[in-house]
Amino acid sequence: MIKTLREKGILAINRRNAEYTFGYNPRRLYPLVDDKLRTKQLAQAGGISVPELYGVVEAPGQVRGLSELLKRYEDFVLKPAHGSGGQGILVISERLNGNFRQVDGLVMTRDELNFHIFNVLSGLYSLGGQTDAAMIEYRVVFDPVFDAVSYKGVPDIRIVVFLGVPVMSMIRLPTRASGGKANLHQGAIGAGIDLATGTTLSGVLGNDIVTRHPDTLNSFTGLEIPCWNDLLRLASRCYGLTGLGYLGVDIVLDKEKGPLLLELNARPGLNIQIANKAGLLPRLHLVEKEHEKLSDVEDRVEFAKDRFAA
Amino acid sequence: MNKVQLYVLVAVLALVGLGLFLYKAFFLGFPLKPKTRSQVWNVEARVTFVGENRPVKVSLFIPSSTTRFAVVDEHFVSSGYGLLATLEEGNRKAVWSVRRASGKQSLYYQAVVRAVRTRAASGRTEEPAITSQPFTGPKLEAAKTIIELARSRSADTPTMISELISSFNRAQPDENVAALLGPNPTVLRKTEIAVRVLGQAGIPARVIRGISLEENSGDFSKKVALVQWLEVYHNKRWLSFDPYRGKTPVPTKWLPWWWGNQNLAQIEGGSKLNVVLSVSPKVEEGLTAAVTSGAISKPLLLRFSLFGLPVNTQAVYRIMFLIPVGAFLLVIMRNVIGVKTFGTFMPVLIGLAFRETGLLWGILFFTVVVTLGLWVRFYLERLKLLLVPRLSAVLITVILLMAGISILTHNLGIHRGLSVALFPLVILTMTIERMSIVWEERGAYEAIISGLGSLLTAALAFLVMNIKLIEHLVFVFPELLLILLAATMLLGRYTGYRLSDIYRFRSLARE
Repeated sequence: MIKTLREKGILAINRRNAEYTFGYNPRRLYPLVDDKLRTKQLAQAGGISVPELYGVVEAPGQVRGLSELLKRYEDFVLKPAHGSGGQGILVISERLNGNFRQVDGLVMTRDELNFHIFNVLSGLYSLGGQTDAAMIEYRVVFDPVFDAVSYKGVPDIRIVVFLGVPVMSMIRLPTRASGGKANLHQGAIGAGIDLATGTTLSGVLGNDIVTRHPDTLNSFTGLEIPCWNDLLRLASRCYGLTGLGYLGVDIVLDKEKGPLLLELNARPGLNIQIANKAGLLPRLHLVEKEHEKLSDVEDRVEFAKDRFAA
Repeated sequence: MNKVQLYVLVAVLALVGLGLFLYKAFFLGFPLKPKTRSQVWNVEARVTFVGENRPVKVSLFIPSSTTRFAVVDEHFVSSGYGLLATLEEGNRKAVWSVRRASGKQSLYYQAVVRAVRTRAASGRTEEPAITSQPFTGPKLEAAKTIIELARSRSADTPTMISELISSFNRAQPDENVAALLGPNPTVLRKTEIAVRVLGQAGIPARVIRGISLEENSGDFSKKVALVQWLEVYHNKRWLSFDPYRGKTPVPTKWLPWWWGNQNLAQIEGGSKLNVVLSVSPKVEEGLTAAVTSGAISKPLLLRFSLFGLPVNTQAVYRIMFLIPVGAFLLVIMRNVIGVKTFGTFMPVLIGLAFRETGLLWGILFFTVVVTLGLWVRFYLERLKLLLVPRLSAVLITVILLMAGISILTHNLGIHRGLSVALFPLVILTMTIERMSIVWEERGAYEAIISGLGSLLTAALAFLVMNIKLIEHLVFVFPELLLILLAATMLLGRYTGYRLSDIYRFRSLARE
C-alpha cells in the first residue's frame, strides 16, 4: 500500500508540513492570509478582483453606526476576518422592514444581527479565540453553471499554487451534509479539474471517490468551468502578491463580475489529490526543477496547462 | 543545509548521551536495573513534647551501624536546640537541650539506613559483664529450674536459648515460667525476663529494641511500632534470637535501634513526650549503596547529578523525567501512526495522572468527567457565552465534577475516587472545549474518534511510563534523555507516510 502511494507521489501531511509549508511559507507571511481583511487589501492593491468590501466593524462601539452603512445595501455577507472553516458567516439576501432575511430563509432581527457581530468581535469564530473584526462585503451571485450539482450554498474553486505555478485544482460543491458550506471536512464534495481544459473530473466525498452529487444525483464530471484561463492567472498572481510559495487559492465565480478571490490558505488540504486521482509530489518536483525558467504569470500558466493535464 | 545541521546535532546529542550512559553503566557501575539487592530506607524519629517554659533536656536513642546495616546521612532537625551525640554503654544517644521551651515542640532525627552484607567476623567484641538484675527468693528457684530444663533439652547454647524462648511462648506455660512472667506478658517483658534468666546462668544477654523495615505496600511513609528481640553473647559475638520463633538470627529487615531497658526517649523539664518512628523505602535504592560502598569512584560526577538533590526534589524529577518518554511516544503516535488527539501533551499528562488513579479507574474517571463536562459545555453553547467566560465556566464545572466524584466514591467506599483530584484540571477543561468545538464543526464522529485516540494514547503513555525499568533508567541515567531528544528531532524531519495516510488515501492506493 505504502509503495503504491509512493509511486503515485501522494503528498501526505508530514511531508507537506516539513518540506512545503515550512520550506516555502515563511511564518511572518501567515498573517497576510489568516486575516481576510489584509488578504483583500493586498489583492485590491495588486489589481485582483475581490468581493467588494462595504465596511468593517472592529470595535463594539462601531456596531451602532452600522445602520447607516447597511441602509445602502439590499443584500450582503457578514464574515469574521479570522474565521476558519466557514464559521460565523452570515449571508443576507433581502431586507424586510428593518429585518434581515438569510439565504436559507431565516429572518434575523436587527438585535440578533448585532449580537452576532458582538460574538464575532469577541473571537467566538476566530482561530485561537483572539479578538476579531467583522467584515461586511458584496454578496456573490454565483454563476449558474454549478446549480445542478450543488446544494444551496457556495461552490468555490481551489487552486493549489506552487511557486506561482498552478499545480492542482478542484471545485468544491456544497451538499446537504455540509450545510451549504464548501468545506470538505464538513461533507462537501471536491471535484478534480483538468488544469489544461478546466473541465471537471471525478470527485472526493470524505475519503472516497464519487462522480455524482449525493443530493441532486447529477453527475458532476465533464462540466466546463468558464473563464478558466482567468482563474489560473488570478491564482498564479497570488504568489507574487504574498510571497507564499505553497498556497491554496480559493476563487468564486460571480455571474457578472467573473472570478473573485475569496481567500488564501497557507496550509491547503491534501484531499485534492483524491479528487484528481493524482499525487502532488511529481508536479511539485517538476516545478522545483523548472520554475526558474518561468519568468511571468503567462509562462507559469502555460507551463501548468502543458504539463499538468489530466 | 538545515538537514546537515540537524543530522550533526542529532549525532552529537546521541553520542554524548550514549557515551555518558555507557561510562556510567560500565565504568562507574551504576545499576542498570531497578532492583538490586542492596536496599535503602529513610528512617525518621519525630519527638514531640510540651515545653513548660523552663530548661529542657531531651534524649533520644539513635541507631548505630551494625554488621547488617549502615546508618548514614544523619540529620537532626531542631532549630534553637543545642545538640550532643554521645555513646552510652554501646548505645548512641542524641541529647537536645534548650534554655527555655514552651508550647508544643517537635524535634526530628532522620537517617538513611542501608542494608550491607559484611561477614559477621567483624562483630567480635569483648566479653561483656552481666548487668542484669539477679532474681531472689522463689523466682531464683524458678529461674534455675527453667535453665536446667532448657539445658537438658538442648545440645549447645544456641539450641538452649531456642528451647528457652519456646518455653516462654507456650500457650500453657509451666508454673515456673508463669511465676516469672506474670499474667499476660508482652514480648518485651518475655525478652527482659529471658535476659535475666540467662544472666542467672552466667550467659551475657540483652534486649535489643528496633524497628522492622519490612516493605509495606507502597505507602510513602509509615509509622512503625517497635520490635524487640534477644541477643546473647556466644563464641565472642552477639547472636540474635527472634522472640516469637526462637530462631537465630532475627529477620534481616529488623533494624536494631538501641539495647537495654530504658525508654527510647527521656525528658527533663517537659511533658507529654511522644516519639513516632517512621520508615520509607528510599527511591534511589541500590545507588547510594553503590556510591557509599566505593563501587562508584567518581563522586564529582555524582555531586552534579540528581542524587545530590534533596529527596523530595528527586522524587519530583523522577516523575518529571517520565514526561519526555511519554512525549516521545506521543510523537510516534501522532506523526508516525497518525492517531488524532486533543491537545498536544494532553494524553501524556492524563497518562501521568493514571499513575495515581490506576489505569481502569483513570479511564473511567476521565470518561465521566469529560462526558459530563461536554454535556454542560453543550448547554453553555446554547447560552452563547463569550469565549473567556465560557472557558471559565467549564473550568468551574470541571472542578465541581471532580469534587463530586471524590465525595461520591469516598462515601461508596471506593478509595480510588479520591485520586481523581490529581487529574490536571486545566487540561481537562481544554479537552472538553476542543472536543465540543470539533463536535460542532466536524461532527460527533470526528470528536469521538479524537477522544478515543487521546484516551488510547494516554493509556499507552501510562503503560510505558509505568514500566519500572524505564523509570529507573531515565532517573539514574538522565543522559538517555539526550538520546530521546535526538530521536525526537529526527522524527521532526520524518516526511514519510503516517499509518493513517494509508487509510486516508486508500482509494488512490487501491488502483
